[in-house]
Amino acid sequence: MGGFLAPTFLDSEMSDFIPQLCDHVRRSAEAKTRLRIRGGSTKDFYGGAPTGVAVEMGAYAGIIAYEPRELVLTVKAGTRLSEVEAALAAERQMLAFEPPHFGEGATIGGTVAAGFSGPRRPYAGSARDFVLGARIVNGKGEDLSFGGRVIKNVAGYDVSRLMTGALGTLGILTELSFKVLPRPAAHVTLAFQLEAPQAVEQANLWAGQPLPLSAAAWQEGVLRVRLSGAESAVKAATARLGGDAMRDGDAFWKDLREHRLPFFRAGLPLWRLSLPQAAAPIPTPHAQLIDWGGGQRWVSGELDAVALRASVAAAGGHATLFRGGDKSQGVFHPLQPALAKIHKRLKEAFDPAGILNHGRLYDF
Amino acid sequence: MNHELARTLEAIQPPPVVMVDEERLRPFETDAFVSHRQVPMMAVLPDRESQVGEIVSACAARGVPVVTRGAGTGISGGAIPHAEGVLLVVTRMRALLALDPLGRTATVEPGMRNLVVSEIAAPHGLFYAPDPSSQLVCSIGGNVAENAGGVHCLKYGFTLHNILAVVAYDGEGERLELGSLALDAPGYDLMALITGSEGNLGVVTQVVVRLLPRPAATETLLAAFGSVREAAEAVGEILGAGLIPAALEMMDRVVIEACERYMNLGFPKDAEALLLAEVDGGVEETRDALALVRSILERCGATEVRVARDDAERAELWRSRKGAFTALATVRPDYYTIDGTIPRRMLPHVLDQVYSLAKAEGLLVGNVFHAGDGNIHPCIFYDASVPGELERGEALGGRILELCIDVGGTITGEHGVGIEKLRQMCKQFRPAEIAAFHDVKRAFDPASILNPGKAVPTLNRCSEWGGMHIRDGRVPRADIPRF
Ligand SMILES: Cc1cc2nc3c(=O)[nH]c(=O)nc-3n(C[C@H](O)[C@H](O)[C@H](O)COP(=O)(O)OP(=O)(O)OC[C@H]3O[C@@H](n4cnc5c(N)ncnc54)[C@H](O)[C@@H]3O)c2cc1C
Repeated sequence: MGGFLAPTFLDSEMSDFIPQLCDHVRRSAEAKTRLRIRGGSTKDFYGGAPTGVAVEMGAYAGIIAYEPRELVLTVKAGTRLSEVEAALAAERQMLAFEPPHFGEGATIGGTVAAGFSGPRRPYAGSARDFVLGARIVNGKGEDLSFGGRVIKNVAGYDVSRLMTGALGTLGILTELSFKVLPRPAAHVTLAFQLEAPQAVEQANLWAGQPLPLSAAAWQEGVLRVRLSGAESAVKAATARLGGDAMRDGDAFWKDLREHRLPFFRAGLPLWRLSLPQAAAPIPTPHAQLIDWGGGQRWVSGELDAVALRASVAAAGGHATLFRGGDKSQGVFHPLQPALAKIHKRLKEAFDPAGILNHGRLYDF
Repeated sequence: MNHELARTLEAIQPPPVVMVDEERLRPFETDAFVSHRQVPMMAVLPDRESQVGEIVSACAARGVPVVTRGAGTGISGGAIPHAEGVLLVVTRMRALLALDPLGRTATVEPGMRNLVVSEIAAPHGLFYAPDPSSQLVCSIGGNVAENAGGVHCLKYGFTLHNILAVVAYDGEGERLELGSLALDAPGYDLMALITGSEGNLGVVTQVVVRLLPRPAATETLLAAFGSVREAAEAVGEILGAGLIPAALEMMDRVVIEACERYMNLGFPKDAEALLLAEVDGGVEETRDALALVRSILERCGATEVRVARDDAERAELWRSRKGAFTALATVRPDYYTIDGTIPRRMLPHVLDQVYSLAKAEGLLVGNVFHAGDGNIHPCIFYDASVPGELERGEALGGRILELCIDVGGTITGEHGVGIEKLRQMCKQFRPAEIAAFHDVKRAFDPASILNPGKAVPTLNRCSEWGGMHIRDGRVPRADIPRF
């Protein structure tokens, strides 16, 4: 990592962090020096390889405002995700999109930039859904705030949600506000012996009924379903669904979320297929692990990107080379030309010098 | 040019309806922001998507503005026509394109009415959650354009949270597929960006909505309080207790009195606030939630709590909330609804301020609003036939919105900026942020033909306004952009 960062920038008083960051970005833009925005470096594997001079965000950390009764949390982007979750847990609340960490150092900024959501996503919503506001520094070194700290807000275009999943290519996230939710009082995981097509169908049938579903995943002939909610709700639903209650259910969902199940540890390229939840199975030569009640399917192994993407697109979805593999075939599903045009214009507007996280998302 | 464009549009196969006569255009001169009116140069009513692409392309080629209109229930003036523009009315495009009960999605055209979506879903035990009070009339396309909410969005979210994809035509007439049938799409989240963009980034021609299972049980309570403060405290206590009710609505004394006169609900004479709470879900959890909410309401000082025993009683309890606006119409001939959001803990303070601002202006204000998400809807009463009252009402509205900003909130929770709140946008956002909004607009609509002048003020206008103090009075009508 080059020595471009002035030491004063790193050692500075935190209250000066954002003005100094603006200054730094401005100078980098003038010099056309590419910047690599670094939280905890837990997601460097994802997207195009990070290049450029590191901008360390880990130092800009801490909770700015948290009023449990408001259901709103505002936090500096460099705050560790684990710290955010602990603060929420102390008030029996949570980030309902159940984000994966992929490492101890994960920051909240990196979590939003990657836009990842965990097993609860189909039933509670995605990272994007819970972002209420974002303060960013764009590629021109401007300090900008969008959205807000209230739950309901339609003033101005929804730029804070545009930032979610943009992998830092449009701006450096500095502060974020979220809607948070109460933690369910009870949960249970039930297991059912089913083959993949039946499991997907069953998960969708249940999702269409008033059940407190909070996760549904299938692997190797077993559909696991998590129920979360009030004690009475979980009890009644358990009685209705049957199945075998799993003693290590919590560990299973955590290991699934963090990709620590043996399935993910083969060291092979990992493909993520995002599909309509009820889509029929997409045949692949390698085993699949199905999450999100059918909406997110993982395949581990070498696959032909073009053929895979064609079959996934035909089913209404898209495929991402999530981890490893030959990235020259494109990590992300290619964009339709009309959308690529808008992507390029947004990038040029927010980061005209093209210095922010170059190449992480697409070729810009 | 005018006639040449009309001929071009009429030549589209199959042809859309094209209107150029003033008397046929007159019904479109305003939306539900009725204090402003403008007849468009022309109106065009397509009945299929392919026509929309050709219409936008024809307008783009000539630099003619396009204002899209759904049902025209918007209350910030978003669908008010442009004098030199085409009004693109999508209400004839209202077909169901696909329904997938297993996958719980429906693909609909933008002109479909909100309530119809739930009616289509009902035989499958499903419903479409966002339920604006205007749901009988308003269109799904308009809902997407405004990111509409409703009385149940505390639990179920807004339009954004309940859609998967939209098809839209950008300002160059190009067809965009945003989002996907899956739970996400590659690249930037342009579907989130177009949601709530008030017809500025694209003309929406298809929407894929998510459908949810209808709850097995619903319980509804209505509680009377001796003060707004106690009612607000109860709202905080309920949410702090780890419960997210489907609805938490509040009404103040002015509204209660109007309802009492109009519908005779028999509430305690000294009630200063009513709180309507609804919980739903599985049978057992709903029963438990009802008991919990009831005990909190009582602990917070409710002087009376009514619980609906059946659907008929539920409808009766909702009558005060849903009939409130009709009841209010009996107070004074006209009223003007404000739509700010504030941090919930500021509710008592903000309502106090609203009352004293209104008093200073010599106007009456009633409040009926979404207390659970801090979205306040002060209704300012005036009589348009009394010279100056409308202007005073608008000035008061502006001050209330500034108050929302001052306490850390926002100028619009669900009704949008339109032309109504352009001026307050300059206060909520700094010039560089406004400039970023214009950048976003340019990415979709470089020539700015889609609903120009709405939703985002120009920086010039902000600096003109910045030189004036809002408290010095309303912007003269001549200063408001004419569309
Ligand atoms: C009595 C009453 C109660 C209301 N209650 C609520 C409420 O509870 N919650 C709430 O959120 N709102 C409420 N509203 C406001 C209004 O109903 C919503 O904003 C609604 O979403 C507007 O839909 P519409 O079809 O009438 O849109 P219109 O008024 O026709 O248009 C609104 C905006 O959307 C744009 N637009 C419309 N269709 C399209 C399209 N296909 N593509 C692109 N842009 C488009 C227009 O250009 C305009 O800017 C209420 C209004 C009234 C009159």
